[in-house]
Amino acid sequence: MKNIVEAKDLTFEYLIHDDQGKVEDTIIALDHINVTIKEGEFVAVLGHNGSGKSTFAKHLNGILSPKSGMLWVNNIDLSNGEHIWEVRKDVGMVFQNPDNQIVATIVEEDVAFGPENLGVEPSEIRKRVDEAIHTVEMDDYKRVSPNQLSGGQKQRIAIAGVIAMQPKCIIFDESTAMLDPIGRSQVMKTMQKLNKEQGITIIHITHYMQEAILADRIIVIDEGKVLLSGSPKEVFKNVEEIRRIGLDVPDSTYLIYLLRQKGYDLDPTLLTTKEVVDAIWQLKSNN
Amino acid sequence: MAIKIKQLTHIYNEGTPFEKVALHDVNLHIKDGSFLGIIGHTGSGKSTLIQMFNGLLKPTRGEVYVKGINIHEDGVDKKHIRQSVGLVFQYPEYQLFEMTVYDDVAYGPKNLGLEGDALKERIESSLKAVGLDEEFWQKSPFELSGGQKRRVAIAGVLAMNPDILILDEPTAGLDPKGREELFSQLKEMHETRHLTIVLISHSMEDVARYVEELIVLYRGEIAFKGDTREVFKHRERLEEIGLGVPQIRHIMDALKEKGMLVDTDVLTVEEAASKLIACLEKEVNNA
Repeated sequence: MKNIVEAKDLTFEYLIHDDQGKVEDTIIALDHINVTIKEGEFVAVLGHNGSGKSTFAKHLNGILSPKSGMLWVNNIDLSNGEHIWEVRKDVGMVFQNPDNQIVATIVEEDVAFGPENLGVEPSEIRKRVDEAIHTVEMDDYKRVSPNQLSGGQKQRIAIAGVIAMQPKCIIFDESTAMLDPIGRSQVMKTMQKLNKEQGITIIHITHYMQEAILADRIIVIDEGKVLLSGSPKEVFKNVEEIRRIGLDVPDSTYLIYLLRQKGYDLDPTLLTTKEVVDAIWQLKSNN
Repeated sequence: MAIKIKQLTHIYNEGTPFEKVALHDVNLHIKDGSFLGIIGHTGSGKSTLIQMFNGLLKPTRGEVYVKGINIHEDGVDKKHIRQSVGLVFQYPEYQLFEMTVYDDVAYGPKNLGLEGDALKERIESSLKAVGLDEEFWQKSPFELSGGQKRRVAIAGVLAMNPDILILDEPTAGLDPKGREELFSQLKEMHETRHLTIVLISHSMEDVARYVEELIVLYRGEIAFKGDTREVFKHRERLEEIGLGVPQIRHIMDALKEKGMLVDTDVLTVEEAASKLIACLEKEVNNA
């Protein structure tokens, strides 16, 4: 399968200016980072606040441009801050606050905003909007004003707006952070559906470890570098390392870790509730 | 009694086609020195309720008492009520505006008329209470990380010297370490300053770990109120109303269902581990 994202030695710095506008300090947000993401992959990106994970995501559709290094997204060279309009057709982004990304007063008009700006034919827009709203299961709300929707519903409308542009990849930049448990699970289901049924590459930045379990692969970023990369099982078995950098592991993994500390013989890569329950039950039956 | 709510009903846009009952006949007592969590899905009335606590909203019907004073009675000094009940909104860091952290925290107490050593003492103790050391005091709030900014904003409310601190999702968007630090600091303030703390949260794991009592709101009414452990016993009902129990309970409940004689009534992973170990050891001794 081909790579949709290829970053080589990608580096980015934030410059801090003093009162006179002189550069006072530089903060290295991304430090020669190397990441490849395959088309159709579902990747979760974890890291503490300020680790560089959002900075990385903002490079993928040209919101930020690298200071040095190479970046190719969907075969478009983004190393020099050019071609950003092209890449934005292919890579959509859903942000954290649902209220900041809705522009229209009626749901279906909001979803149509993206394709309209791409210059899509009106009949085609109609079709895409209907399909996108159907995909996020908001058919009953087409003509409703977005301010009457819950946070999770608004996020799904924002997602529909991105889908209507028919991207190959969608980045979710902490899109679940402001939602209640139902809203979060709705958005997670939508992500999985887009990934499985339409083959859209999903890059999900989150602080919820329970959501990261659903990904094919987890990338942990710390101090602007890739610290760990692998399947959820491979990554979360490093309990101490993950907690050291201010993150957490899923409760199921942590329970296994605590039991192992007390000398119980359990596989540290157990992850789902069922796996953990079966393993503990086995332990009991062996007694 | 810190706060008493009597037969409170609140209706938005009453008498218009957009009429919405946000709270219905709510009765509530919050004792001095409580550490209380409010949970409920989007639209259940949580934010409306906390805006009642310091008189930001006037209820359609019913009464609100703060420290025994009916706050909507004629002649009541609202300014005094708002000083006594500090309200920290969602994403309070968006409200920072001063050049330095120190000045930002000073804004409130200065407006209360504090000066000199009293002012200095108030600012410094508030900053220390949220864990911001002196090295941060002269920095611009905008140089800080998300978690640090949030703590500056909370220090600004603390500097008003409230008796009751109300927080609307104080940890939304923070990484696991930031969440843990903030909750530990709130707990310490609660213990050392005898501050009454009421907070809204969407994380069942966080409220299970930290708060002593819970209020569950559902469709503008109180579905449960009581000791955190007691409230979480109602797993089925909590799931029906769009909430749930901490993740770890799913593992414990499944083990019990299989036939393990374990007490499932746990709030944290650590507690679950020790209950499971006790159970496994008992098996060994019996064998």
